[in-house]
Amino acid sequence: MSASDEQLPGIWLGTSALVKRDLALVIKRPGDMLNPLFFFAMVATLFPLAVGPAAEQLQFSGPGVLWVAALLATLLSLNSLFLGDFEDGSLEQLLVSPVPLSALALGKSIAHWLTSGLPLVLVSPLVALTYQMSLAVTGVLMLTLLLGTISLSLLGSIGAALTVGLHRGTALLSLLILPLAMPVLIFGARTVSLVAAGDGVAGGLYFLAAYAMLMISISPFATAAALRISNE
Amino acid sequence: MSIKLNGSRLTLFRGERCLFRDLEFALNSGELLLLEGRNGSGKTSLLRAIAGLIELESGTVFWNDEPVRNMRQLFQNSMVWMSHKVGFKGDLTLVENLQFEAKLRLESTRDFDDVLQRLGLKKLKRLPFRSLSAGQQRRVALARMLLSAAPLWMMDEPASNLDAQGRELVATLLSEHVGKGGMAIVAAHQDVKLDLPTHRIALQ
Repeated sequence: MSASDEQLPGIWLGTSALVKRDLALVIKRPGDMLNPLFFFAMVATLFPLAVGPAAEQLQFSGPGVLWVAALLATLLSLNSLFLGDFEDGSLEQLLVSPVPLSALALGKSIAHWLTSGLPLVLVSPLVALTYQMSLAVTGVLMLTLLLGTISLSLLGSIGAALTVGLHRGTALLSLLILPLAMPVLIFGARTVSLVAAGDGVAGGLYFLAAYAMLMISISPFATAAALRISNE
Repeated sequence: MSIKLNGSRLTLFRGERCLFRDLEFALNSGELLLLEGRNGSGKTSLLRAIAGLIELESGTVFWNDEPVRNMRQLFQNSMVWMSHKVGFKGDLTLVENLQFEAKLRLESTRDFDDVLQRLGLKKLKRLPFRSLSAGQQRRVALARMLLSAAPLWMMDEPASNLDAQGRELVATLLSEHVGKGGMAIVAAHQDVKLDLPTHRIALQ
């Protein structure tokens, strides 16, 4: 039997199994998912209480506050992305598995987004109520969060992979990925502000979509390389 | 089908220290390679380097005369890895853990029950993995080896945490596997006595 006859496991089978495993883990331990979500809701609802109920002021600052809260909530959840796998040795098993590591890295990002980004998007309309956002503005907020959190999950996985071998790498992780996350924050928040002021949304959404596409094409490979280095 | 694994001029540094230099080994099907040496002598590092988890300073590992770095996936498909960390999720049950790995490695789960029976794990099937004792967890790691069809077993201190019966079991499983034409690389600080064609590498 020559080497090329050997059957390799399908990329899709291994990756989807990893996504399912991570989702099953979150279901068994929902706290890991709920903490960042709770943080997002807390920050976003406390802010109006602190600055006062004037509708104009809230509508003006709402997009910025919601976006900062979403970014920080995502950062909170990123630290544990590979930590559990690193500590119990499953990461090593993923590294020596026949499935390409970049596919598995993408799987980890997908699972992370499904349990951190997507819940943020779904909760955001409720939080937007406190900022007296109109239906149209809320819709755009959800769209920007949808595209933005995809980028953040993928970008964050590179940082999480780089810092997984370090103890208490949280500060370093933030320092590493925040500069690259700035475009997402700026375009996300500004797009919502612009639509609230009656301007068009297409430009901002296109940028966020392009950034997400860029991350989808770079992040799995960068994460895989970073994981190999961290695991030496 | 004959398979072979060999390493040529392997050199590895950890920090300033040279763990081994220009190390050579060759392993054919039906043979066992024992890595020996005291704690900290680099047994685990050598094992990890062969598995591709550590980058070698220089030298090449060949799988069927082809450099492993050119065919990483095929090589990893032929290898199953057991280190001191068992690599299972504490929140999932034993069966869920093994089923996940089976998808990752395209294994059949046909003889699942037989394997668990043999390792004395059958009654623990539905318990969360974290509630198993350290020795039982090592036995699940052995189940991973048995379920896999990979010809190359790489084991780091397979006997640790196991009772006398468990160590006996490791020896039996190894003999069976290698006897069937598989191969194994085992790093152990205790003397392993097996009636198999054995190569030894003693690290200083």
